[in-house]
Amino acid sequence: MTDNISNNIKISVKSLYKIFGPKPQSVLQAVKDGMGKPELMEKHNHVLALQDINIDMVDGEITVIMGLSGSGKSTIIRHLNRLIEPTTGEVLVDGIDVLKLSAEELRIMRQTKLSMVFQKFALLPHKTVLENAGTPLRIRGVGDEESINAEAQKWIDRVGLSGNENQYPHQLSGGMQQRVGIARALTSNSEVMLMDEAFSALDPLIRTVMQDLLLELQKDLHKTIVFITHDLDEALKLADHLVILKDGAIIQQGEPQDILLNPNDPYIEDFVSDINRARVLKVRSIMSEIEHDLPSNEENCCDFDDTLEDVIAHSEGEILKSYVVMQDGKPVGALHMKDLVKALVPRVSSTPSAKAS
Amino acid sequence: MAFYDPIINVLGLREWCDSTVVKSDTPKSMAELLADAAGKDSVETAWYDIPFPSLDNLNQSCGAIDRTRDMTSGVEAVFLDIKDPLKTVLDPLTQPLSWLLDGSLYLFTHTPWWVLIPLVLFLSFKVTRSWPTVILVAATFFFFAFIDHYTYAVETLSIIFVCTVLCILFGIPIGILMSKNDWFQKINIPILDMLQTLPSFVYLIPLIFLFSVTESKLYGIAIMLYAIVPVIRLTDLGIRLVDKDIIEAADAFGMSKKQKLFGVEIPLALPTIMAGINQTIMMALSILVIASLVSAPGLGTLVLRGIRNLELGVGLISGFCIVLLAIMLDRVSKKALSRINAAQDH
Ligand SMILES: Nc1ncnc2c1ncn2[C@@H]1O[C@H](COP(=O)(O)OP(=O)(O)OP(=O)(O)O)[C@@H](O)[C@H]1O
Ligand SMILES: [Mg+2]
Repeated sequence: MTDNISNNIKISVKSLYKIFGPKPQSVLQAVKDGMGKPELMEKHNHVLALQDINIDMVDGEITVIMGLSGSGKSTIIRHLNRLIEPTTGEVLVDGIDVLKLSAEELRIMRQTKLSMVFQKFALLPHKTVLENAGTPLRIRGVGDEESINAEAQKWIDRVGLSGNENQYPHQLSGGMQQRVGIARALTSNSEVMLMDEAFSALDPLIRTVMQDLLLELQKDLHKTIVFITHDLDEALKLADHLVILKDGAIIQQGEPQDILLNPNDPYIEDFVSDINRARVLKVRSIMSEIEHDLPSNEENCCDFDDTLEDVIAHSEGEILKSYVVMQDGKPVGALHMKDLVKALVPRVSSTPSAKAS
Repeated sequence: MAFYDPIINVLGLREWCDSTVVKSDTPKSMAELLADAAGKDSVETAWYDIPFPSLDNLNQSCGAIDRTRDMTSGVEAVFLDIKDPLKTVLDPLTQPLSWLLDGSLYLFTHTPWWVLIPLVLFLSFKVTRSWPTVILVAATFFFFAFIDHYTYAVETLSIIFVCTVLCILFGIPIGILMSKNDWFQKINIPILDMLQTLPSFVYLIPLIFLFSVTESKLYGIAIMLYAIVPVIRLTDLGIRLVDKDIIEAADAFGMSKKQKLFGVEIPLALPTIMAGINQTIMMALSILVIASLVSAPGLGTLVLRGIRNLELGVGLISGFCIVLLAIMLDRVSKKALSRINAAQDH
């Protein structure tokens, strides 16, 4: 489940600390020596926003950072394009230390490599949809007005807003405005997209539609997406790599299925206990090694990436069966319904060996 | 013997005090005059009646301490001393203002009414796109012309026009600088407060010393000092209040400071800036009568004539004309403002 060496690491955050307050450097040592958030607030009147953050984000994957309000999610994502300066630490994008860039170099990196989608959309209210979508290219000053508009139109069509290009943001619904926000980020043609609670302001139905849109776009575009959310369902749906944050510290990160099956902290157990596990867990996470003496009544049933819900539907409630799991037409494992049923019940306490990464 | 004599003696200042002989020809202080009028030599004081150690009271015990009236004449002397060098610098600097005011006055008054009125109506339609407003402007102008106040009104309009344009040209950049620089804002706010609260007569006095009363720049400066305040304040406020999320988006997409200012901050602050311009116009109009004291032409002179000669009718009618002008300018600028608001409603 951990990122192997063949995976390209696009963004790497190394031992990042962020303390808000008048003199962060003066209290940094205390924090490194283990002073917690409430104590730092009480004794030194500084806010400990992030402590010892280490994340590797793989090229072409969606990394989801999840945590409750105030856990420091926005603070992390703003470090990636240096909207916030860290107290100490490193942020590498394509191996380049973002924190060592000059103002000019930073601007160019933001224009070309890192685009962003915002919770409150942050569109220019006095510009039309088409002009908003073309903003990144206009900022960069590349191409004439016609080619900019053509490129912007292409992405407006892609996010399903054809026909709205001459409207103003206030004439659109929230979901449509966020489509413009996504189109704007895509127009910049950056390899990385930072999305800070991009769908949190939308109602649940629209939210699902937007998540599907994002996944569908991602299938073709293979961007490196950093997605922030406080919603576990959303996180599990989108994440290739899930980072769980609490009070500014990472308490677990790894493959979402893995976290779900092996939570290493009571906090995460709480979090995952409400989830519809059948819909989220996939066959690949619970299948066992293929056995040579398969009973003859085994059927080939399920794909590697099917959810448990699919299997339950297929089995029609029979819990004594076993199945062969297929990937690309080849058998890769065996699924015993007994294991499936066990996996549906959340683990109460975690074993030390379950600690991921 | 004066009240503070013992204290002066205790402090050992007697010698220093007496080294300056009390000038006998200096005018008397108010307290002395009152005492004279009461027919007493000096002011009798009861034991509990402790005089405040003010300049005048200390002077009675110690001649070396100046009296208050010496201080005010000192201020005057200082001002008179720096007046000439100040004048040599300010005079050429402000000369273009006189030309602008005079030129515009010439242009406004020498354009025939049948050219000027349609032009004004056309412009008001251009900025407001509202027929009712244009009709209001037309009615106002025809009323002025009908009661033979047209020339005065046009003179007033010319002055307002020049002063407002200059206030905008100076005020908006100052406001932008203030919004960008907390330190500059801290310095400016007390100055703006002072300009706004100082009775206009107070700064007319030094201005009269500096410039001749016959020069138009005198009233130009007086109007601008007073009227520039709202446009500066509201530009500063408008830019500071621009939605932080949008500014963050501008930064995240790598906008330069210039792109951010002209592409995001000014357009989004425009409704607030326009409200400032509206206030500036109103303030310019409100100080017009006072400016007429220092030879500003227009409706204000009629009001003054009304006051000076007790010509009640003249004063009332011209006052009413000023109100009409104010309503007209207010409606036109507000309509222009609401058009901008409508274009960028959230
Ligand atoms: N400019 C700031 N000055 C002081 N403290 C700050 C500042 N910005 C954030 N914080 C603090 O840092 C912590 C993390 O804030 P952050 O905005 O990153 O949380 P979040 O996880 O994004 O929460 P939300 O879900 O509400 O957006 C909070 O305790 C917050 O109070
Ligand atoms: Mg946040």
